[in-house]
Amino acid sequence: MTDIPMSSEAQPRGNSLLSQDARTRKRNATEKRFRMYGVIAIGIAMAALVILLTSIVSDGAGAFRQSYLSIPVALDAETLDPNGNRDPAEMSKVLTLSYGKVLDKAVETAVADSGIAIEGLTSTDTSNLISKEASAQLRNHVLADPEQVGQTVDFNVLVNGRVDGYFKRRVSMESAARDANTSPQQLQLADALKEQGKLVTRFNWNFITNPDASDQRPEAAGVGVAIIGSAYMMLVVLFLAVPIGVAASIYLEEFAPQNRWTDLIEVNISNLAAVPSIVFGILGLAAFINFVGLPQSAPIVGGLVLTLMTLPTIIISTRAALKSVPPSIRDAALGVGASKMQSIFHHVLPLAMPGILTGTIIGLAQALGETAPLLLIGMVAFVREFPAAPPEGLWDPASALPVQVYNWTQRADPAFIERASGAIIVLLIFLFCMNLLAIFLRRRFERRW
Amino acid sequence: MYDINRAESAVTQQDIKISASKVQVYYGDKHAIKDVDVEILDKTVTAFIGPSGCGKSTFLRCINRMNDTIPIARIEGKILLDGEDVYDRRVDPVQLRAKVGMVFQKPNPFPKSIYDNVAYGPRIHGLSRNKAELDEIVEKSLRGAALWNEVKDRLHEPGTGLSGGQQQRLCIARAVATAPEVLLMDEPCSALDPIATSQVEELIDQLRENFSVVIVTHSMQQAARVSQKTAFFHLGNLVEYGNTDDIFTNPQDSRTESYISGRIG
Repeated sequence: MTDIPMSSEAQPRGNSLLSQDARTRKRNATEKRFRMYGVIAIGIAMAALVILLTSIVSDGAGAFRQSYLSIPVALDAETLDPNGNRDPAEMSKVLTLSYGKVLDKAVETAVADSGIAIEGLTSTDTSNLISKEASAQLRNHVLADPEQVGQTVDFNVLVNGRVDGYFKRRVSMESAARDANTSPQQLQLADALKEQGKLVTRFNWNFITNPDASDQRPEAAGVGVAIIGSAYMMLVVLFLAVPIGVAASIYLEEFAPQNRWTDLIEVNISNLAAVPSIVFGILGLAAFINFVGLPQSAPIVGGLVLTLMTLPTIIISTRAALKSVPPSIRDAALGVGASKMQSIFHHVLPLAMPGILTGTIIGLAQALGETAPLLLIGMVAFVREFPAAPPEGLWDPASALPVQVYNWTQRADPAFIERASGAIIVLLIFLFCMNLLAIFLRRRFERRW
Repeated sequence: MYDINRAESAVTQQDIKISASKVQVYYGDKHAIKDVDVEILDKTVTAFIGPSGCGKSTFLRCINRMNDTIPIARIEGKILLDGEDVYDRRVDPVQLRAKVGMVFQKPNPFPKSIYDNVAYGPRIHGLSRNKAELDEIVEKSLRGAALWNEVKDRLHEPGTGLSGGQQQRLCIARAVATAPEVLLMDEPCSALDPIATSQVEELIDQLRENFSVVIVTHSMQQAARVSQKTAFFHLGNLVEYGNTDDIFTNPQDSRTESYISGRIG
């Protein structure tokens, strides 16, 4: 028996609540440390994201601005329409070479008229001021409206990639001095023309609408064909992967008996999700191109390959969404005498919809950014022709956005790096829109219930 | 000790609605229901009581073949509904469940409007020819479930927004709407507070006029209050079946006596 100290104030029996014991202190310290790790991890991730976006935007923003030279071009009738009947069929026999000469003359005249005198400026410097693509541009412009021949029209000519780069601070006087494709004199001329307002830099719609261009003319290259190719492939994936994937998941999740076969299928679906995407490219090459005989570089083949690649993602997320619907809803439907099919389509599927949509759009976004399998089925080809409208267009050669990025980073001219970053920005905008759509749809469907 | 006044209403000689004989249920290797023979009367409330895991819910779910949804469950024996074996090869469980409605332990209204919850069954079974008839069925069912006055002004609000007791009555209305002949209730009050419970119990007593009601319950007081017949299950066996008064006042089996006096379970 111990004596209980008689005291008017209550004394805590063991440790005081007001001071932490060693164990509690240790526990609290561990928790604090763990939280700090989390904050650090998120900080690193955010920093990486910011660096990535800044670098892409700073590199790629230039692709959305382009310099044009606005000059009067005298469309010499004798060169451009030797027969003089303004028949586009006959005029198309005139090659871009002749248009190049017309343009050279126009540039020379314009420079002479502007009264700009620069020491050491050669005639090559002057004629190289404009893009090699400009003559083709002019030819298309004239063939579209032959009546212009013989007149003098104001024409916006693409300027050379180096000069364009000079205004985007990619090319400097020092680098121009060492560059065979430009010269400091040419850049001074460009500066002078800009001051007179003949050379303007404005938003580059052509980057979005133009097809790819050859190595010597980065200023004319655009992502038009790539966007259409990617869009066609997404169409194919949407129309194949979504119905097949959702149907497969509903069957596996709701109807299939639990036996060795379904177990095997399940394991294989999970494994397929982890298969490197390039393997699907090899499969597509072997199965769709070599065996079935579909054309190379065609969005239909790309779409089929991406469908195979996306299916596991869609199936896994759809099954997870179906699984997350409480069984009480199934019981309720069966309890009032709904058939299995009715209980699934009337009750389970609408509840699983947000999850299915999210999974589907994530799958599509993944497919949109996929490059490796497309390289193997020939989508990396240089395609200048726009594919026709679907469905026939699905069989025409096309490029794809990520492949276009890959393609441009392989080219020598630094102007293509800018184009590649620009294409990445376009791709990211599409992905961002898709994710936004996923969030919007999820909210919308969730609000309904 | 038990409020058995209501249950004293005489059990007259009534038709046998459901007759089960030698029912065995296996979950995989587990023998969950052993040799159950029971005859359930029409227009009567029959209560299944017994400790947790004794098989009363399992047996209840056999009556409308809800166990079909469990792949490992295997059922042997015969359950006759009006003389027809519900496990006959020719029976479509969907038709059976239209005749044998069910109310579950947890209120599980569809995440739809109150109206759509009740109208769903009649719609899929084609019980109404037009909107007016459907409206009538919905109103009648909600009145039958003593819910009409509370929800008549908000029929198009979500059923999940109701209180627990209202949700359960909505589920009863939904089950009643398909005009079943038997109503199975699997612990319908276990998730409800005492006031909601007493409302549902009152409702069960009214339902007896039109249906044969089978109710599984943990609460012996509830069994005594609402049922005329009681079956006591223990470890998969039907230990004792008889008039509720007899079971509670004069149990024949020692296990029943132990259970109702609170010594087991």
